[in-house]
Amino acid sequence: MSISRTRYDAVNRIFCDAIKDEAVKIPIIIDNRMVQIEQGTFIIEAAKKADIVIPTLCYHEAIKPYGACRLCMVEVVQNRQRRLVTSCNFPVEPGMEIFTDTPGVRKIRKTIVELLLARCPGVSLLQTMARQMGIDRPRLKKRNDKECILCGLCVRFCEESVGVGAIGLSNRGTDREVATPFKVASDVCIGCGSCTYICPTGCIEMLPDEKTPCLRSMKMEGHSCPSCSNNYQCDSCATDQEFLVEMRRVVSEFRNLAEKAPS
Amino acid sequence: MERITSIADLEDLRNSIFAKRDPAMISIRLCNTGCRARKSVKVFESLEQEIREQGLERKVAVKRTGCQGFCEMGPVMVVEPENIFYCRVKPKDVAEIVAETVQAGNVVERLLWKDPDSGEPVVHERDIPYYKKQQKNISNSTGRIDPTEIEEYIAVGGYSALSKVLSTMQPAEVVDTVVASGLRGRGGGGFPTGLKWRLCAAAPGDVKYIIANGDEGDPGAFMDRSLMEGDPHSIIEGMIIGAYAIGAGQGFIYVREEYPIAIEHLSIAIRQAEECGLLGNNILGTGLNFSININKGAGAFVCGEETALMISIEGRSGTPRSRPPYPAIEGLFGKPSVLNNVESFGNITQILLNGADWYAGIGTVGSKGTKIFSLVGKVNNTGLVEVEMGTTLREIIFDIGGGIRNNRNFKAVQTGGPSGGCIPISKIDMPVDYDSLREAGAIMGSGGMIVMDETSCMVDVARYFLNFLLFESCGKCVPCREGMQQMHEILTNICEGRGEESDFDLLTELANFMTTSSLCGLGGTAGNPALSTIRYFRHEYEDHIHEKKCRAGVCKNLFTYAIDEELCNGCTLCAVKCPEEAVSGIKKEPHTIDTEKCIKCGICFSSCKQKAVVAV
Repeated sequence: MSISRTRYDAVNRIFCDAIKDEAVKIPIIIDNRMVQIEQGTFIIEAAKKADIVIPTLCYHEAIKPYGACRLCMVEVVQNRQRRLVTSCNFPVEPGMEIFTDTPGVRKIRKTIVELLLARCPGVSLLQTMARQMGIDRPRLKKRNDKECILCGLCVRFCEESVGVGAIGLSNRGTDREVATPFKVASDVCIGCGSCTYICPTGCIEMLPDEKTPCLRSMKMEGHSCPSCSNNYQCDSCATDQEFLVEMRRVVSEFRNLAEKAPS
Repeated sequence: MERITSIADLEDLRNSIFAKRDPAMISIRLCNTGCRARKSVKVFESLEQEIREQGLERKVAVKRTGCQGFCEMGPVMVVEPENIFYCRVKPKDVAEIVAETVQAGNVVERLLWKDPDSGEPVVHERDIPYYKKQQKNISNSTGRIDPTEIEEYIAVGGYSALSKVLSTMQPAEVVDTVVASGLRGRGGGGFPTGLKWRLCAAAPGDVKYIIANGDEGDPGAFMDRSLMEGDPHSIIEGMIIGAYAIGAGQGFIYVREEYPIAIEHLSIAIRQAEECGLLGNNILGTGLNFSININKGAGAFVCGEETALMISIEGRSGTPRSRPPYPAIEGLFGKPSVLNNVESFGNITQILLNGADWYAGIGTVGSKGTKIFSLVGKVNNTGLVEVEMGTTLREIIFDIGGGIRNNRNFKAVQTGGPSGGCIPISKIDMPVDYDSLREAGAIMGSGGMIVMDETSCMVDVARYFLNFLLFESCGKCVPCREGMQQMHEILTNICEGRGEESDFDLLTELANFMTTSSLCGLGGTAGNPALSTIRYFRHEYEDHIHEKKCRAGVCKNLFTYAIDEELCNGCTLCAVKCPEEAVSGIKKEPHTIDTEKCIKCGICFSSCKQKAVVAV
């Protein structure tokens, strides 16, 4: 795929002018809007700056991008080449033009939601997304009745932000699932509840456990924000900030307890 | 083995190996890797025993080599220096070979390969069409040397490319030579190897890694395996050259656990190279430090993907990650890394020894050099063939492969393993290279070629490969995990007679969707079998969907067996063999099949010598 020479030159000129103005940041064009952003920032962050919503199911600001749900795919035009990339983990570069809402992108997103809905027909978040995308009659056969979409948010949050790694993704392919090692009760889980909070489909439940009773009294228990009303602007999200503070408190309490405990 | 401390020492060693050799000695080459499946180990033992009993130890040397290529005829044996080729050798034939060929100098005619058309026996290996039409550059030593002896490799010119590189070339020159040669990665993607090296050589960082990908997992492919088993030192030499070029101090060879002989031979080769000073610190006295580790993979197909392979070496479960960052900049343990297929490393030695111009002179415009293919399926001469890029499919399948088994008709050839595509008879004269295959809807892959005849149902073939990939998908990204599941279900429905007209569009849409949106190459190419079979064999899909018929007689719900009255001679073989007693008839008169009782096991079909049993 390539774009016309005239358009390429025009875009190039805009970039050259913009680079003169801004020394540190680089200019990119998202949906015909110019954004100044630091080089190496991921496209999704740049889109946020331009107030453009890119739907995603496996992205969270607090953790490293994963690129598994593929819902955040956008079209990127660079060096006269047009290609599809995931915006959550593709860094912006000078001279890049990004389109977040082309027919091709919409078609991919629609198919992904259709596929996920066939896996998890009962999940309301997916039902809402499907309605918004205009999927009225499912073309694909319902395969399962699962609730987990395997976005890996809980696993990654537990490992990267909580620093515990009590759960992981086990098995392969269609058998892939979120589980504790060997599916036995985890002896490292601190019961912080991050996984229940971050799960976009709300399929993780907190159950009282004798092992860590004092740490179960989280204020946030049962709280979750499945479809983000704040466009994943976690820095300015009251719910998110409250949660992070709580989560850190729980983790540090646990650590203190562990240090004091006779080994 | 004494440590070699300089390049001159290596040449001295090579000369002393030649000096030690007795030119009058008879050498018997016997395949000890692939042919083990046909008891070549027993043949070897009997041969040793016979030679001992006859007191011929000083006259004959038995060499246990790697794969000699002609697997169909295994165990294969070549008596040198006369170059007499014996095939299908059994332990009981050994006494005759020793008495006749070794002692009397005669040829044992019954063990020779016979031309299937004329019935004429061919004495010499070099005259057999299967070998004559190949161009063996990379797999030349495989099958000629004992892979467990470093001296054997050095005697055939081994490590001379390394000594040339270390004594006369700068790292940048090595990279330039590889770029100029036009070598493209032999693992499947076909990315120019030289560019990968150049990127990594330019990447900032002191610690760099070089990795050989031996995680060959395509059904029916075994060329990487034969190279690792039969010529492990060529891979090691290629890796040392690569390490010198990009500035790596540590190398890894990733081999799957299912390849025990490859692991054994590679381990022996690495140990011997270390003892000789060809690996480790101060290689050949030039100050180059490089060592190699073997990493055993647990057999996940997806670990052949470069990022998944690196993650697997790091000790985590092998799932691919997005690029950028590219491995050449940020790869194994976050350091710049180069990953090449083992066959690519085999090519490196040849390129550096003979020059980039020599290499670029072989092959087609976009694909240089030779390529090893594993020719399997319904073809007469199965085995490994190495041909120049641009050789046509007809030459490979009919001239070298000897045509289709049991005089049936060619239907399709699946190239590139499960992610490849099925190429029909109309494209049989297509020259095989990276670009022509891609244009035809298939891929080069690592070089598997599965030949199919009219008894293969193309819908079932697409379903089979999709089933393989579905089982091997890591499950990380939605398109591959969920999309493939849906495609597999649609194809299963078609095969079981529940197909609908709308399935065409849905299959094509899902396959194209997976190509554009999957995370890695596994999902990105998984649609190829379905797309290529729909493209070339749409009528078979239509038969399945509309007529509810499988003309090839594979999909059990969609055909019945019947006996052609004109062909049946009433031999009763089918009636005797039928486990359900569904065949009835009087001797020497045409038989009939009771379709109510028939379970479609296919025993009558395959046992009938008159080909009177037909699927309708």
